[in-house]
Amino acid sequence: MIANALVDWSRAQFALTAGYHWIFVPLTLGLAVIMATMESLYVIKKDEFWKRTAKFWMKLFAINFAVGIATGIILEFEFGTNWSNYSWFVGDIFGAPLAIEGMLAFFMEATFFAVMFFGWDKVSKKTHLFATWMTGIGASISAVWILIANAWMQRPVGMEFNPDTVRHEMVDFWALVTNPVAIVKFFHSVSSGWMTGAIFVIGISSWYLLKKRNVRFALASIRVAAVVGILGTFVLMGSGDGSGVLVAKYQPMKMAAAEGLEKGGECAPFSIVPGVEIPGMLSILATHDIDGCVPGIEDLLNGYTDHNGISYPSAQEKIAKGKRALQAFKEYRMLKDTNPAKAAEARRVLDENVDYFGYGYIDSPEELIPNVPLIYWSFRVMVGFGGFLLVLMFVVLWAEWKGKLEKMTWLQWVALWSIPLVYLAGQAGWIVAEVGRQPWVIQGLLPTKAAVSSVSVGAVQTTFFLFVAIFTLFLAIEIRIMLKAIKKGPEGV
Amino acid sequence: MKTFLYSIWNLYVDGFRNMTWGKPLWVLIFLKVVILFLVLRMFFFEPVLAGKSAEEKSEHVGKELMR
Repeated sequence: MIANALVDWSRAQFALTAGYHWIFVPLTLGLAVIMATMESLYVIKKDEFWKRTAKFWMKLFAINFAVGIATGIILEFEFGTNWSNYSWFVGDIFGAPLAIEGMLAFFMEATFFAVMFFGWDKVSKKTHLFATWMTGIGASISAVWILIANAWMQRPVGMEFNPDTVRHEMVDFWALVTNPVAIVKFFHSVSSGWMTGAIFVIGISSWYLLKKRNVRFALASIRVAAVVGILGTFVLMGSGDGSGVLVAKYQPMKMAAAEGLEKGGECAPFSIVPGVEIPGMLSILATHDIDGCVPGIEDLLNGYTDHNGISYPSAQEKIAKGKRALQAFKEYRMLKDTNPAKAAEARRVLDENVDYFGYGYIDSPEELIPNVPLIYWSFRVMVGFGGFLLVLMFVVLWAEWKGKLEKMTWLQWVALWSIPLVYLAGQAGWIVAEVGRQPWVIQGLLPTKAAVSSVSVGAVQTTFFLFVAIFTLFLAIEIRIMLKAIKKGPEGV
Repeated sequence: MKTFLYSIWNLYVDGFRNMTWGKPLWVLIFLKVVILFLVLRMFFFEPVLAGKSAEEKSEHVGKELMR
């Protein structure tokens, strides 16, 4: 089996790249809606003020977009080099959505993006507004396909494993795209982008208020951003609730880890922080029923029976089935050309146990437990900061509505310093989703340690530090260009 | 149709020609694409299965998964 160091470095590199990519994506998604709303106000009210306001945020959108563009491609490089077993094993399940995403993103961005930036005096107001909305919608459509692929890793559906090609073959495209995990993940990710965009605009606008410049522009931007952000946060909460139910159903170990729940059961408590619990709350969140059974880590390892009387196998039983599947896979591969009868028998055993294929690589039940403290605290950072930012948006909107915001410098400082919090919340959310899935790269089917390529640890370490240097440089450049544009400020408002 | 295509061409040409603050961003994008494709992709990220036929890829990954 692959050395632990290689798995760890490959994971660290992928996490670094994905985390860096997610700095830019949510701001693109959120800022697109905010600037399109501002431009809509320009078209409806025929007030040049809204045009200049929208143009300023478009400028920041462009800076973020320019630095963020193509950061996702690095992930595809890593799939081919560091995760070749995984890339081949997932087959067209992963390739098809990513190919659609790449083509859609290119064509939509190349057309609507150009009209949005170059077309102000060349196309009609309504055509321009359409292009601005389509830039935002296009970014969200791109996200759909990426998230379908990611959701499949959390809950694989719509495919069959072919031991001849060693690939998963798509048998039901509809099941893939209507995977409830994908639907919930889409709304959760996109609405988190709306929140990011809103907090970014509110924070930057608060800086203008603190500097006592561009006041009308800042207050108007805060009003639009807060409304978009609050709407987005309600979608975020609704989809978060849906996500909780799906995680409890399909990835119960992730749920147990996020709660640090050793021993579960019916009427399970929700942990706010260690030692502070709300009785029954976890059952409500995970099953929408206070008597619903939420298994803990021990239950999942030892096997349990839920509140509906359904029994779930222990980790040892799953590992035994996985070993049978893996052994049958080996026998099938060895005998398929020389002994068709024995190969057919091996194929039968494989098909019977294929749902547990990945468990064949697991050496002990403890391997099935992800990093509990990291997931537990990441979940609390995500929810805690998210809750704080929702309150902040309500307070800021109320203060602006009452005409008090301009004088509330403490609130302007809080809003400005909340910008890093929204990024931390977003990153923490992905840590819960991805680290919580461990040890799996594809839930139940392929553990991370079997997914990595046999490349040298030194090569992965080299590219890891190369990325750290490149990413730091580009991020510093973005922040510098962004700060320069913010200091210069909007023109004529 | 010809006029339509010309107006699209004109949109891009005029847009790039009259760019002000967008120029450094394009330089940044160009630099990044060069680093990504001409340095990282060529020297550091050779796909493990590149150059293999579908059967060879199946064989390779099959062996990897059976180790």
